[in-house]
Amino acid sequence: MATPTISAGPAVTSAGPAPLSPPRPSRSIVKRSRGALLIWSFAAPALLVYVTFVLLPVILAAVYSFYNWNGLGALDRFIGFDNYARALADPIFLGAMRNNFVIVVLSLVIQAPLAIGIALLLNRPLKGRTLIRTLIFVPYVLSEVVVGLAFRLLLPPAGPVDSVLTSLGWTGEKPLWLADPDVAFWTLFAVITWKYLGFAIILMLAGLQGVPDELSEAAAIDGANWWQIQRHITLPLLGPTIRIWAFLSMIGSLQLFDMVWILTGGGPVNATETMATYMVEYGNGRSQIGYGSAVAVVLFVVSLVVALLYQRYVLRRDLSGAITSRG
Amino acid sequence: MTTTLDAPAAARGTSTASGRRVNGGNLLAYLIALVVCGITIAPVVYVVLGGFRTTAQINRDPGGLPDPWVFDKYLSVFADANFWTQFLNSSIVAVATTLGVVVLGVMAAFVIARYEFVGRGFLFSLFTAGLLFPLTVAVLPLFTMLRSFGLLGNLLAVIAPQIAFALPVTIIILVPFLRAIPAELEDAASIDGASRFGFFWRILVPLSWPGLITVGVLAFVASWNAYLLPLLLLGNPATATLPVGVQYFSTAYSQDTAGVLAFTSLAMIPALLFFTLAQRRIVGGLTGAVKG
Repeated sequence: MATPTISAGPAVTSAGPAPLSPPRPSRSIVKRSRGALLIWSFAAPALLVYVTFVLLPVILAAVYSFYNWNGLGALDRFIGFDNYARALADPIFLGAMRNNFVIVVLSLVIQAPLAIGIALLLNRPLKGRTLIRTLIFVPYVLSEVVVGLAFRLLLPPAGPVDSVLTSLGWTGEKPLWLADPDVAFWTLFAVITWKYLGFAIILMLAGLQGVPDELSEAAAIDGANWWQIQRHITLPLLGPTIRIWAFLSMIGSLQLFDMVWILTGGGPVNATETMATYMVEYGNGRSQIGYGSAVAVVLFVVSLVVALLYQRYVLRRDLSGAITSRG
Repeated sequence: MTTTLDAPAAARGTSTASGRRVNGGNLLAYLIALVVCGITIAPVVYVVLGGFRTTAQINRDPGGLPDPWVFDKYLSVFADANFWTQFLNSSIVAVATTLGVVVLGVMAAFVIARYEFVGRGFLFSLFTAGLLFPLTVAVLPLFTMLRSFGLLGNLLAVIAPQIAFALPVTIIILVPFLRAIPAELEDAASIDGASRFGFFWRILVPLSWPGLITVGVLAFVASWNAYLLPLLLLGNPATATLPVGVQYFSTAYSQDTAGVLAFTSLAMIPALLFFTLAQRRIVGGLTGAVKG
């Protein structure tokens, strides 16, 4: 069914023109020397703020990570890679890293099919579609603190969720959603899914707008049924959107902090610890800035490696779309 | 320019062939939409309604409706000076962050998009690399840095880093947007005697409103919801921003479930209102969507 023309695939709809295509030629070059000062004076404020508050702290984190430093006093106890060795030998940190990766995988395996399936079903002229989309998008707009807090109040033993489940017919004993180490991680993942699935659905719906009607009309005339059309035409054309969503989801999962911090604080018994909660707990909470910085650098390197590998092996084809559509 | 702007509008008008052809699917689609929206909205409704109950009512019947409706909890949040301090702080931080991001972002994006100069490619790469630096990596050094500036507890300590961390995405969105504005306009403007700054200010900025609004909305919502920076940099939770305040209130008054629910719902309503007003730009401009 998939013809060569189809497999070419559109850019993501929202993507806009590719970034940094060759600049508008000659005319501006003529003005180059005269305008250089003016040009840099336009860029300077942004550059100054960016260097001071993004690049400098990141570099400082790398420096601190080689010291035993509590954040006060002189930075003079150089200990080489000891902080890194300590982090990578700490079962709690390794558990946190494993949690991050399990969330990465679960998000891809569970949220992607759900979001795509729902988007495919909703991608038709429905009455009230604006309302439906607004409602679906609501969790994404709420702050993670509000969401975490709301679910903490919804999920206590014999709380609202339990009482709803009882009235739905589950009369037996309910799990301790947030207090049982074997359950809490799955509860956390469910809440994450609640928070971010809407965004995935809206993104997929936007991607579906870029799939031309003519292709599925032609396929329908050729006798393809709804499922065949989705499987062989729509899904392949949705590829770029799915790949970009997956990228955002992976990076987000690796850097997860706010919601976990509010919902479980990384507990019970570190069952929901992530690299970021571990970093804040040790770095800030216990005033081990050097050690926390080493954890931050590990977190950064892990994200970087994942991002680069993904861009190298998956996003290569639609890289221009990847950058522009992050906006 | 026109194509960029028309794309979402055209997309909204279209519908897929599959939708028109498979009518039996519509019922299923409504059903799924109902279930998804129900799951999405139920917790939000619970929080809002819970504020109209008393803690005794909630303890007696956790899943029930207000009976009778009680307004005390909301009224006492409105009478809470901390709430208004936090609300004001959140507003100042969000507005200042948004203005800062948009102004600095559009100026930098303007020269990157439209002029050839030494270091232009490097400048753009430098900003895009910022996407790979999560706030979590920078937050401990930011804490020690801002403490040595004596800025801890000052709203500037949150505003400046938030602007800095929002710049990469802003510039990446704005560069293609600004590049799409035809060069002829600039030629015409310079023939008419406009300086480069005059062109930027009188022609480019007015033409870029849709892009500026998109990045502005993204920056505003991100700032309104931000937790980590205000938590670490503002110190006293009673006078921090709303997300920190909500968390603080919920620990300080953990026995007063209804009060916590009222406080929580008042904290989320501004974001919801703002989103409803700006939702076409958020959803249409899809979307600076990095988790966490």
